[in-house]
Amino acid sequence: MEMSCPWTAFVPTPKLPLLNSDPVPNLLTFMNDPSPVNWDQIEAKPAFRSLLSRKAKFIIIATIFFLTYYLSLPVLVGWFPDLMKTPVWGKVNVAYVFALSQFIMAWVVAFIYVRKAATWDKEAAEIIKDHH
Amino acid sequence: MTIALSMFVGFVALTLLITFWAAKKNTGASAYFAAGRSITGWQNGLAVAGDYMSAASFLGISGAICLNGYDGFMYSVGFLVAYITVLLVVAEPLRNAGKYTMADLLAYRLKPRPVRALASLSTLTVSTFYMIAQMVGAGVIIEKLIGASFHTAVIGVGILMLVYVVFGGMLATTWVQIIKAILLMIGAFMLSMLVLKHHGYSLEAFFDSVAAATYAGTEAPKNLLQPGLQYGTAVKGPWGPTDFLSLSLALVLGTAGLPHILVRFYTVPDAKTARSSVVWAMAIIGLFYILTTFFGFGAATILQKAQILSDGKANPNMVAPALAQHLGGELFFAFISAVAFATILAVVAGLTMSASASFAHDFYTNVIHHGKETQPGQEVKVARITAFCVGAVSIGIAIYLGPSVNAAFLVGLAFAVAASANLPVIVLSVFWKRFNTTGAVCGLGIGLLSSIVLILLSKNGPAFLGHPFPLENPGIVSIPLGFLAAYLGAILTARDATAEAQFAELKVRAHTGLGAEKATAH
Repeated sequence: MEMSCPWTAFVPTPKLPLLNSDPVPNLLTFMNDPSPVNWDQIEAKPAFRSLLSRKAKFIIIATIFFLTYYLSLPVLVGWFPDLMKTPVWGKVNVAYVFALSQFIMAWVVAFIYVRKAATWDKEAAEIIKDHH
Repeated sequence: MTIALSMFVGFVALTLLITFWAAKKNTGASAYFAAGRSITGWQNGLAVAGDYMSAASFLGISGAICLNGYDGFMYSVGFLVAYITVLLVVAEPLRNAGKYTMADLLAYRLKPRPVRALASLSTLTVSTFYMIAQMVGAGVIIEKLIGASFHTAVIGVGILMLVYVVFGGMLATTWVQIIKAILLMIGAFMLSMLVLKHHGYSLEAFFDSVAAATYAGTEAPKNLLQPGLQYGTAVKGPWGPTDFLSLSLALVLGTAGLPHILVRFYTVPDAKTARSSVVWAMAIIGLFYILTTFFGFGAATILQKAQILSDGKANPNMVAPALAQHLGGELFFAFISAVAFATILAVVAGLTMSASASFAHDFYTNVIHHGKETQPGQEVKVARITAFCVGAVSIGIAIYLGPSVNAAFLVGLAFAVAASANLPVIVLSVFWKRFNTTGAVCGLGIGLLSSIVLILLSKNGPAFLGHPFPLENPGIVSIPLGFLAAYLGAILTARDATAEAQFAELKVRAHTGLGAEKATAH
């Protein structure tokens, strides 16, 4: 059932460059998903297992790395304030430089992940190509 | 004042036009809840940024840095680094295995009714606290900026937000957030350039003044670049550093459990686009928070304390607008005020959208009606009614609490609940085969309860409880408790054969995108 607001008919529609959406609610197609996909068979494929273990390994290592790098900021600031107050460039101190480096760190981790994920996408597409 | 008012009106008119356009396209649940999954990567990146950089970010952080120096800058760092968690752990599995809400992923292989009921409760809690904070902020700012009374301002924001959400759904909400993100970036950039211009475009001169900030002679010179002005042991006592660590932990883990951020990943066609939208969001959000260096620290070198006083106290929320007025005159002040207003509207609309989607989809359809719609369109209808109720309740509470409530306290609560209740259960249901329904219920329940109780027991809680908890930020205790409860709940109860059998399916879906919800055809 469509609940359009009653006065839209009188208002000119701005033409924005956007995609259309489908009038059919897809809840029912979702509930009665007829796909005969054999999930266990795909999960058991060596290619899938290998992909997953490499992916998990990357995510775990990356998570340990970024959490350690990030949390060492409040730890150093909280318990080693004198070290963090050391000037680096003019009045700019270690604390500020380290904080700024967190931005770079986040972008670099994201960049590496996206590069890796692009190759994983190809492997995943290969694994499920017979199951559409 | 008239310029500010006309800019407000201009922004509102533009967003209402978008809402009318979106209302015409709102046909069916997928269109209403997930914008037809038709949003592109950069659009969603901007919308995520617009949904995330709240009034607390723009006004609150610039104020926190201006008044507390380096310790305030920690918010800027945490708010960006948090997106690595979103990128690595949450965004793609959520898009691949879910439909409209965070609970879709949690309930995937567990017993849906208890898990969805609690996830919905947690979503409503997070959204309501967050929203009240924004509403109160909105009331205070609009009262200051255009002279409307606090009540009028809160009710006005509430009604506008309801129009976007009830008629425009996710599509209108998305475009309001995109426009707001662009306006906010322009505002932040111009404000930063004006601060640099004030210091002769010399970074060295800029940092020299920050190192001896005096509020134009009204205070003894302070080096704002030195950590510890807010959380140092000299200021906060022996628990200060632990509190700072606790705050950092909630910031970095809370974002990945914020329901209004998570639902944004349902608006894109596939997991790959979800990923690219996180990257866009990280670029925009990172740039914005680096700029807080200039309009946060910079404000302390330029403004006088008298310019940010309200009711005799320095009001951190007025720092950014006061700086804009001082450096750029009335026109720029009006622009920054309109940006702040747009910011509040966009965030509040996003929060209402996620709260109403969760109530309608998780609680109404799946808990009460066992996953079946009694009649087509019922879910969307319930969501619209919920949006109305959530809006009315938040307006009511915001007016009841009044302008003096501590908005940062409410936002802190939202982040703590998100990190302690939502994140542990999301992570374990995606990565741990042995996870079961009891584990999820324990994780959600204990995470929610412990963060709320600890905040009530902290110095921000009511006086009759005696403030026995020494930290203001409960994350360092409540987040491990949430994980532990989820883990113990699972291993101490019987294995769930169905949940474990379905783990294979969840893994394949989450990591390959097979069988994921498609963008609606057109």
